[in-house]
Amino acid sequence: MLNLANYQSIGAALKDALNEFADEICLIESDREREKDRLTYRDFQKRAHPLARALQDAAFKPGDRAAIIMTNQSKWLISAYAIFFTGGVLVPLDYKLTPTEHWQLLQHSGATTLITEFPIWRQLAPANGRAEATNLHTVLVTEAPPNADLSGALPWEDFRAEAPPVFVPRTRIDPATIVYSSGTGGRPKGCIMTHENYLEQCVALTSLYPFKPGFRYLSILPTNHAIDFMVGFFGPFICGATVVHLRTLRPEYVREAFRKFKITYVSLVPLVLKNLQKGLQGRFDELPCGKRKVFDTLVAINKALTKRRPHLGLSRLLLKQVHDNFGGALRAIIVGGAFTEPQTLQFFYDLGIPVANGYGLTEAGTAITVNDLHPFRADTVGKPLPGMEVRIIDPDADGVGQVIVRSKTVMAGYLNEPELTAETIVDGWLMTGDLGRFDRDGHLQLFGRKKNMIVTEEGKNIYPEDIEAVFDSLPVKEFCVFAANYIWPQRSMVGEQLILVIHLEPGQSFTEDLRQDIILRNGRLLNYKRIHGMVLFDEDFPRTASLKIKRNVLAERLTTLDRAKAIQPI
Amino acid sequence: MRTIEQTTQEILDLASRHFNVPAGTLGPDDDFFRKLGIDSLQTLELLSRLENHFGIELPDYEVQGVSDFRTLASRIQSRL
Repeated sequence: MLNLANYQSIGAALKDALNEFADEICLIESDREREKDRLTYRDFQKRAHPLARALQDAAFKPGDRAAIIMTNQSKWLISAYAIFFTGGVLVPLDYKLTPTEHWQLLQHSGATTLITEFPIWRQLAPANGRAEATNLHTVLVTEAPPNADLSGALPWEDFRAEAPPVFVPRTRIDPATIVYSSGTGGRPKGCIMTHENYLEQCVALTSLYPFKPGFRYLSILPTNHAIDFMVGFFGPFICGATVVHLRTLRPEYVREAFRKFKITYVSLVPLVLKNLQKGLQGRFDELPCGKRKVFDTLVAINKALTKRRPHLGLSRLLLKQVHDNFGGALRAIIVGGAFTEPQTLQFFYDLGIPVANGYGLTEAGTAITVNDLHPFRADTVGKPLPGMEVRIIDPDADGVGQVIVRSKTVMAGYLNEPELTAETIVDGWLMTGDLGRFDRDGHLQLFGRKKNMIVTEEGKNIYPEDIEAVFDSLPVKEFCVFAANYIWPQRSMVGEQLILVIHLEPGQSFTEDLRQDIILRNGRLLNYKRIHGMVLFDEDFPRTASLKIKRNVLAERLTTLDRAKAIQPI
Repeated sequence: MRTIEQTTQEILDLASRHFNVPAGTLGPDDDFFRKLGIDSLQTLELLSRLENHFGIELPDYEVQGVSDFRTLASRIQSRL
């Protein structure tokens, strides 16, 4: 592993990694049964440098912003490397957003360059919003069919220049990325992450979950996500490990990839982990009675022997068939993006597959706490990573209060939002808005949120303000979307729901037409952003002088209602 | 060659069988996430079943952002 203390920027570290590990396998890309590409670090450099030079020739200057909207693939990482090499700021966007949302964020970020893939560009190019993204002057599109209409974009594969690119150094405090944690429909929250944020986070994470040449990371979480960016790009690269990309996420091919590529680590969101658990449990339940008894005994033995710490070799021997199904080389499943239920974590640990669960938010880098597995604790989100100061403020009688964090991994601030930044980072401490407490062993336990938002099991942060636009002009007096737990705290991080609070006009009744209107509008939202129920509220909403709804005051008034009776299904 | 109506009906039949939804309760304009109560992962499973049924390969990107049976049917029809 490179000694990151010696580096000022992601670009400098990656540049050296490509030379240091030149002959190691860097990337494997596979599409269903067929392996499409296999690159050494030297090959990677050969593909990235002509792109970096072409960017420089196209007047891409240090500090300029370049967005990537792509599914996970080698060209994502090659493009990101070229951006860092030339001193640019990377804007990684979620490819699952709608074209309108993409244009909003491209405009907000001020990106001058966009790198995307043909199927995405095909939808993005004609969508509304392009005219507003005035800074954007270069669009590169990968894998475009010959003679395809690129609407002013250039084929990525042809965008190359043979002269060597000029490496542009950056300092630790320079912005490295702008990562959107939310805000596609309302107030975009672009977290400005510095080079230091990544360098420090990488040192902390690899101290617990190290990479080395020969280790293979299966990259399934979108690479724009902080976790995959760190453990599916920067972390493995500075250690000379291999990143495996699949061009399909069909479960049958993902399962096969573990065996085929002898995967060492994978990151999953809780939803996928739970599905994996369900699949395995179903297979265990189908075992004939005798085999099932033997299996249960082996699991019990493994559980007893790994109580204090994991013993991978022993677990692989005891539960060989289970481990062989995962390729036999899996060291841990990294789970993040949302809260994972303890029984799911325990299920895998009992099979000898440690799950590295933790807690983090984009604003604090990748992770704040991670389970160190010594011993494994399914009921917590682990201990603070090295370099993280974590405190609980304003604790209640049970010791539960807001989690705050101070560390070199905390973002520089929100792009173009000085007030929001000042509210979020106070005297150097990041106010997470999450509620938690430490147990006597120093493990953090989470108990819900203080902020009006939900996190889905797919790891998506949803802010009510962002989805309200879809209900604009709903024929009612006024409406407001809330996270149900914000109104009625439940001390839980799972099953979070969004609700629509409606105040009807005087004399108006709630009709079937209105219900259908709400259902129709709700259906326009991506499935994970939809509201789950509604509340009819018979009072005027409290408002500011500028007529904005005072959400916190309204939430306090709604608290007096009985949650179970108040929320009606739609 | 199937018509788009036939393709749509076969998708509806297969979805109702696979997810144990009473036959005839699904319509072309239904949102399959909502009507079948499934998540994005289960959608991928459904797509694999549809690929086998129709004997086609449907890249993940073709169904990105699709949530109703009618659009899904048109994407499949274009590859038949």
